[in-house]
Amino acid sequence: MKLDSLTDAVGEWLRGTGPESDIVMSSRVRLARNVAQHPFVSRMSEQDRAEAERFLRERIAAAPVGSQLEYIDVGRLEEIDRQLLVERQLISREHADAQGARGVAIDGLEQVSLMINEEDHLRIQCMHSGLDLRGAWEQIKVVDDQIGRVVPYAFHPRWGYLTACPTNVGTGIRVSVMLHLPALVITRQIDKVFRSLHKISLAVRGLYGEGSQAMGDFYQISNQTTLGKTEEELVEQVGDVVPVLIDYERRAREFLVRETQQNVHDQVSRAYGILRTAQTITAEETMQLLSRVRMGVLLGLIGDVKIADINSLLIRTQPAHLQKLRGVELDTKDRNIERARYLRRHFEGGTSPASPN
Amino acid sequence: MKCQQCDKQAVFHITELETGEVRELHLCEDHARTYLNQSEAAEGDDEDKPSAGGLTGPLTVGQTADELALLDKKACPMCGITFFEFRNQGRLGCPHDYVHFEKELEPLIANIHGATQHTGRKPERAAAEAATLPEGTEELTGVIGLRRSMQEAITCEDYEKARESRDAIRRIEDRWLGGTGRDAATPKADTPTNET
Repeated sequence: MKLDSLTDAVGEWLRGTGPESDIVMSSRVRLARNVAQHPFVSRMSEQDRAEAERFLRERIAAAPVGSQLEYIDVGRLEEIDRQLLVERQLISREHADAQGARGVAIDGLEQVSLMINEEDHLRIQCMHSGLDLRGAWEQIKVVDDQIGRVVPYAFHPRWGYLTACPTNVGTGIRVSVMLHLPALVITRQIDKVFRSLHKISLAVRGLYGEGSQAMGDFYQISNQTTLGKTEEELVEQVGDVVPVLIDYERRAREFLVRETQQNVHDQVSRAYGILRTAQTITAEETMQLLSRVRMGVLLGLIGDVKIADINSLLIRTQPAHLQKLRGVELDTKDRNIERARYLRRHFEGGTSPASPN
Repeated sequence: MKCQQCDKQAVFHITELETGEVRELHLCEDHARTYLNQSEAAEGDDEDKPSAGGLTGPLTVGQTADELALLDKKACPMCGITFFEFRNQGRLGCPHDYVHFEKELEPLIANIHGATQHTGRKPERAAAEAATLPEGTEELTGVIGLRRSMQEAITCEDYEKARESRDAIRRIEDRWLGGTGRDAATPKADTPTNET
């Protein structure tokens, strides 16, 4: 796969389509699997790692799904290309930063990705735009079954699928949705919402998974436990709470428009103003401002920008994407200048980035 | 609002989030500083402990320090990891650990998941294998230990024993990785070739 061509598309999680995509950015299901005949990744010798990587790569390629997948040898990638895959949510930060034989198989639509030698030997992920957990689950089930027929997954009748960390044992499933919740943040209700989620054992994480900060009002909600419930029950557990959160966010947005029309309009316009005129800007600030503009567009407060353009800017202003698009490597200071330039060019004259001047 | 610990005005409003519990604190500047210093010190202490959620803390009530020390030295015969190493890293060494450390892991897993029995899907096998292979993959995981004894035998120049281990590995791999449906990919990894 030509990694450079990835920057031409926005990828599945920012496609901005699918049900409820004004609030639900994407739905994701991942399965943790290990082969039975090797130690877990953290306990592997270099030779073990290479053997397991080759075993999985070859057997996945031979499975029916293999013909739709492109394999990338992550161990041989430049740092910037690994970063690019992280920004597109195709590999995890841990996988990018790890050592030794490892790789990822990705389908052309960037919906399916299979990480080899992450924390577990195999991490299968399926991501759909908008709210579509059921669709993502149905798709990953097929992939998992196809690979399960040619790879002996470590399994125990009592403990289920055996994983390197006991927090994933059993189903090995993590079901998550990424939500854009700016109005709940502005109205300071977000902590209350998170507390009630914790009570029903759901986890809340930032944009780039475990340990990451919530940037630009984007949050991932996922199941905390993996043993004792069926995969379907866990998909439902997360799925059931999403409509409630959507409803809260919608009501908070209505409240903002009704009660603080001037304030919210002012905030959104200022965010838009900075994005169009700044001379140097960090990725974090860009994300924060794009988040506010995104809400402004959805509330009808900004007329000439499309949601698809905001989504596209969200990814293209990330460090690796920005450098790939520019074609040169830049240090932080130069990246901030280039990012501001890129944003100005896209918003020039108040027209949306997609429409020709 | 008054400080919860004295009569001064509360200027710090702290919300502590602990697993499933929320505590709100309203403190004056002095008491807030004392409080924050305490919790910082407590956090510093925790730094070297395992990172995975729910893995820390006492294993079972009533274990003495001696018992814990003994348990920490108990090593998995397949991958060689000790329970002490697992407690430090929060990651297990191989699938057999779930069998070897089952007693120790059980309370831990119950604590994390609130359950100790898998009820979800099972591996989908090709029809021919589903009939001959057991559901659990313990036998195949056995090759991890066999590879180790083979290497040890080679180091000791005990080639008879090395050959026995190699043959045992082959038998298991043929059964699990060979048969129909698995040949489609490639022949199995040639583990024993580095023997010579």
